Amino acid sequence: MKRGAIRTVLLGDAQAGRLVPPSGQTAHLTLFVAGAMAFLAVFALALSLAAGRLADRWAEELARSATLRINAPAEQMAAQTEAALKILRQTPGVARARALGREEQAALLAPWFGAGLPLEDLPVPQLIEITAAEPAYDEAGLRLRLQAAVPGAVLDDHSRWRRPLVRAAHSLRRLGWISVLLIGGATAAMITLAANAALAANAQVIEVLRLVGARDGYIAGAFMRRFTLRALIGSAVGTGLGMIGVMLLPEASAEGGFLTGLGFQGAGWLLPLAIPPLGALVALAATWAAARRRLKELS
Amino acid sequence: MIELDNVGYSYGGGELLREVTVRLAPGSFHFLTGPSGSGKTTLIRLCYGALQPSSGQVRVFDTDLRGLDRDQMALMRRRIGVVHQDCRFLDHLPVADNIALPLIVSGRDVAAEAGNLAELMKWVGLGARADALPPELSGGERQRAALARAVIMSPDVILADEPTGNVDWEMSQRLLRLLVELNRMGKTVLIASHDLGLIRAAKSQVQARVLRISDRRLQLAGADL
Ligand SMILES: Nc1ncnc2c1ncn2[C@@H]1O[C@H](COP(=O)(O)OP(=O)(O)OP(=O)(O)O)[C@@H](O)[C@H]1O
Ligand SMILES: [Mg+2]
Repeated sequence: MKRGAIRTVLLGDAQAGRLVPPSGQTAHLTLFVAGAMAFLAVFALALSLAAGRLADRWAEELARSATLRINAPAEQMAAQTEAALKILRQTPGVARARALGREEQAALLAPWFGAGLPLEDLPVPQLIEITAAEPAYDEAGLRLRLQAAVPGAVLDDHSRWRRPLVRAAHSLRRLGWISVLLIGGATAAMITLAANAALAANAQVIEVLRLVGARDGYIAGAFMRRFTLRALIGSAVGTGLGMIGVMLLPEASAEGGFLTGLGFQGAGWLLPLAIPPLGALVALAATWAAARRRLKELS
Repeated sequence: MIELDNVGYSYGGGELLREVTVRLAPGSFHFLTGPSGSGKTTLIRLCYGALQPSSGQVRVFDTDLRGLDRDQMALMRRRIGVVHQDCRFLDHLPVADNIALPLIVSGRDVAAEAGNLAELMKWVGLGARADALPPELSGGERQRAALARAVIMSPDVILADEPTGNVDWEMSQRLLRLLVELNRMGKTVLIASHDLGLIRAAKSQVQARVLRISDRRLQLAGADL
């Protein structure tokens, strides 16, 4: 695309815009489509980002792949924990084994029992966090050895149910991004249709302009300016409404899991702001291509 | 200025024009005549590149039109004023803007030329109709506006296709005088017309040559007009 044409559109030759008669319905439809698409894009973007965060968190938790739970009478707890840690440290394929402290355990239970739980007075099992090495330990073998030495130990391997969830989160993120791309493509297609309609409706205007010595870039600019401005305004409104919608979603919380995590976090809020300029750019390119094609047919 | 060298043209069916060779010298004044449907409009369109010849070569300002890209073609058209037979305008803009259109699209400062524009509009008798829309004009007024638009850029060549088709004798004489005046200033003029009275009237004012299309060929008409 020639730089002159872009300048014509951005800095604007108001004169050129006036040479094309106003087109009520196309204008409104373009505004509406740009707005609706931007609105959808905001949600697709929010979905992608949230799915990405979820995938990352779950993937990270996968690394801490297992928990060992020790149920034992209070007086044997320390001894059994010690024995279990010893076995774990000797097991090939275990990178790290760490008994959780009291505060950490209380934090894990807080969502269910509320804060301020008197952990000392309750028969709470001791948790040991196991980080697997690469390659990982042999799970069946570890179970057998634990059974013999630490009767109260139960091995929870979360990777078995987390791995498909991570995969699901990854696909969800992929779907989100594909949606964003499709929305961009659909916007380009609709702007192209609208631009073609406008160009066809103004065939005589184009012919007259050509006759009096207007360059292709000038004529295309008159149309591009219009559609670019409409796309910019429409998608700015759509993006604004979409962002308000996302803002009104409930705060992210541990209890709500994925659903309440839907939204933007921190710098993520800046991302949807790119939608209006991108929408305008898509409109600019689509109108330019349509105008070029149409003008080539004229002598 | 404009040279056609052995030009042939057909719209796809039979041949309309063949072996047309003519040279419009700088400062010359030509009439183009011939029966309706003989190809006058077609020939004029060949002269400003709206049509590409089926055979032969068209040279404008010493450049072969085939060698021009689209932008160069646009620049070339700013140096040629064309009065269309069916005068085309932008119907949503007032007459004054339509006449100033060549200035607008070539990026000239229209405000700076406002004096010129007003004078030109008065000359063609449209001073009072500046704010009217083209569809509100009479046929003759449209033709006068088309002529004004064709000359506002002070082009080197003026191609006028039936510029007096819709106006009374009085007005056609006025338009002719304007064209003769422009010719005296050194512009090359080509007028397509089948109005023999107009051609005779012109011959008393200017040394005009008459080209006639007959039997698909272009001939220089004798002094018998
Ligand atoms: N776009 C076109 N496609 C096909 N045929 C055409 C086209 N334009 C003109 N013709 C035909 O070519 C012939 C010459 O047309 P042209 O307009 O050049 O005639 P003209 O001499 O200007 O006639 P008039 O005096 O009536 O204006 C006519 O028979 C017309 O029907
Ligand atoms: Mg004609």
